Amino acid sequence: MSQLEQTKNHRNLWRSLTEIHEFMILFIIIGAVILMTILSPIFFTSGNILATLLSLSIESIIAIGMTVLMVSGGFDMSVGSTVGFTGAMAAMLMARGIPVILAILVGIGLGVLIGMGNGLIISKIGINPFITTLGMLNLVRGLLLVITKGKNITGLPDSFKMLGQGKFFNVQYPILIAIILVIIGDFLLRKSQFFRQNYYIGGNERAALLSGINVSKMKVFNYALAGGLAAFAGIIMTARLGAASVSAGTGLELRVISAVIIGGASLQGGEGTVAGAFLGTLLMALIQNSLTLLGVDVYWNTFVIGTTLLVAVMIDTLSKKKKGLL
Amino acid sequence: MDKSIILEARDIVKNFPGVRALDGVQFQLQKGEVHALVGENGAGKSTLMHILGGVYRPDSGDVFVEGKKVKLQNPYHASQEGISVVYQELSLVQNLSIAENIFANRQPLKRMKLVDWSLLYQKTLEILKYFDLVIDPRTPVKELSVAEQQVVEILKAISCNPKVLILDEPTSSLTQVETKLLFKNIQFLKEKGVSFVYISHHLQEIFEIADRVTIFRDGKYIDTRNISEVNEEQVVKLMVGREIQNMYGDRNSKVGKEYFQVENLSQDGVFTEISFSLKRGEILGIAGLVGAGRTELARAIFGLEPFSEGSIRLNGKVLSIHSPGDAIQEGIAYLTEDRKQQGLFLKMSYREDLIAPDMKRFIKGMNILDESKITSFAEQSRKQFKIITPTIFQKVRNLSGGNQQKVLLSMWVGINPKVLIVDEPTRGVDVGARREIYKIMRDLTLSGVGIVMISSDLPEVLGVSDRILVMRGGRIVGEFNQNEATEERVITCATGVGKVNMLT
Repeated sequence: MSQLEQTKNHRNLWRSLTEIHEFMILFIIIGAVILMTILSPIFFTSGNILATLLSLSIESIIAIGMTVLMVSGGFDMSVGSTVGFTGAMAAMLMARGIPVILAILVGIGLGVLIGMGNGLIISKIGINPFITTLGMLNLVRGLLLVITKGKNITGLPDSFKMLGQGKFFNVQYPILIAIILVIIGDFLLRKSQFFRQNYYIGGNERAALLSGINVSKMKVFNYALAGGLAAFAGIIMTARLGAASVSAGTGLELRVISAVIIGGASLQGGEGTVAGAFLGTLLMALIQNSLTLLGVDVYWNTFVIGTTLLVAVMIDTLSKKKKGLL
Repeated sequence: MDKSIILEARDIVKNFPGVRALDGVQFQLQKGEVHALVGENGAGKSTLMHILGGVYRPDSGDVFVEGKKVKLQNPYHASQEGISVVYQELSLVQNLSIAENIFANRQPLKRMKLVDWSLLYQKTLEILKYFDLVIDPRTPVKELSVAEQQVVEILKAISCNPKVLILDEPTSSLTQVETKLLFKNIQFLKEKGVSFVYISHHLQEIFEIADRVTIFRDGKYIDTRNISEVNEEQVVKLMVGREIQNMYGDRNSKVGKEYFQVENLSQDGVFTEISFSLKRGEILGIAGLVGAGRTELARAIFGLEPFSEGSIRLNGKVLSIHSPGDAIQEGIAYLTEDRKQQGLFLKMSYREDLIAPDMKRFIKGMNILDESKITSFAEQSRKQFKIITPTIFQKVRNLSGGNQQKVLLSMWVGINPKVLIVDEPTRGVDVGARREIYKIMRDLTLSGVGIVMISSDLPEVLGVSDRILVMRGGRIVGEFNQNEATEERVITCATGVGKVNMLT
């Protein structure tokens, strides 16, 4: 390779780096971290960092499943209810003396079933994802209220609470679990043939079908995965709080979808990565943490999250337009 | 200024990132003429059309309407100046009625700005008569065939009473009958003083309907000629800059034994008792009108639609195909007629598109894709199929139509099929790329692969096929060997005897 070509490649590498959505968010996050370190003495302490990471661990686990779904052109409004429902069901079983492992597995199984229900209705009957999962959101939350009669569930075994409260070298388990799952999820969605099929489905569903991809099977799998991960997140949340609340996970779906979109996915499908979605949740958690540290009234949080979502999507759309891609 | 020139473009330059689409071109349209604009894909025809239609603004150069310089701001402004454009991509609202589509945003109103529905339907009925269409104006567009939708699109433009009507590949999805009606209407409107810019890859049509032809090549103006003073070969030569000989290539002299049989295949109300066989190394053409059931037959063989009766055999074995995945597994490949909507992943790269039909072949254990194997396969395929792209990482939507079609072909030849079914393999593809596509098909037959080619392009069917089947109304109504087939015989057979006079 000639020297000219090499320098050209270097420039292309730099340009392609800045064109990757994840790096854009990473730069913003690094900028925010530097700014906050200057502004607040508490910000860059291990205590604060761990607290921030803990607060986003539940969301980032759910975001993995949501990313896979959104890449394939779907999405799921019912994950928040699934979090509440499965956490409570596992807690009820444990409170009645069922072994912890079994209760966890039953909880995850219920989440998978809810997801399969979504997937089957969407792919086999052909109802759109928004309506299907909106219905499921209410159905599942309603079922939770009926079964628990609106009461919170307490009295959980300590071995279970360890899952949410235990530490490994001072780092809470939920953080570690979330990070491990995000790494595995990102790797699989990037590299594995099975998960890559989702980009084809989201890119052009009819062409995917003609290419021999079993589109409806993939959809059912994706919703089941999203449900299973939401259930697992719900169980971890229950363990962390030491009790299952009937309102747990309310509104979580919109926060997760926002984070995934900030991370580079689109509602049209065909794009997005798990790493991007994780950075999206990180950015949102960071903004919330910063507002708290700066003494801004907590009521501004939701407003700022909404603004972040809109700004991120507008920047992305405008830059695509400039490149003539839209 | 010559009063007879209704529309003129002078020294138009238009750049897109990385390409000069138009390089100082000129174009003159006289009042009441049909002026064909031809050139290969990427020659700049559609860019000029978009400029004349107010979609793009030129970087430099001017547009004149009746001698008056205009700066067209948007499509609405262009239509105010009397320029209407019918784009190749349909722009109809599927859920709305024919009437609402034709009079979109121009519905007749009554008191209080309410839509006057009865007048709207009445006006639509009148306009539908242009094409002898007897159809309820309240019918939603989604219930129409693609050909009928194309007609609605053309009627929408005509209903604006334009001075200039620009048609971009208007016949690409029309049947022969509708094409004749279109030409009749162009003639009729021409006599009323409407001028036409007619863009088409079908030179035959141009010689039938146009008065003059302007040729573009690589964004440059080449020449304008009176149609009566040139022949097809001369126009092709001007378009590609060199002579194209032996367009369809040489037939495979070693056609082998029958190895693929379709027996008594039926799908209720779509096709009935279809039986044919394919020999190794043979190209079997299937001719017929749009709606004859040809695509549906291909889709059934490929496992996209169930069939109610019949069987498919390959090398003596009865196949059980329930999905495209099964068909691919058995070595059957199907190239859809609609590359953009159903064939390609436009947002993805060439490299990723290429492996879509057979991703499992690129796994290196644990379901992980072998990226370097994919890259080297894509590089090799790019060379083999002469796909013109800066890199294999280029998004497919940035490639020209002819290259996109070659991408689709390379996807499916890449799975090493035993039987290849191609559906309208060269629709909207320029002369140069066409010839390459035929070459690829010919090469494939030399290795013993049989090809079923569905095509509405008669010269192509006659020039490429070793044998021709003709379908009408879901049945096979004729079979011709290559040496006994003529255009007239095939059309007669495809339309049924009663309609022959209408066509010739």
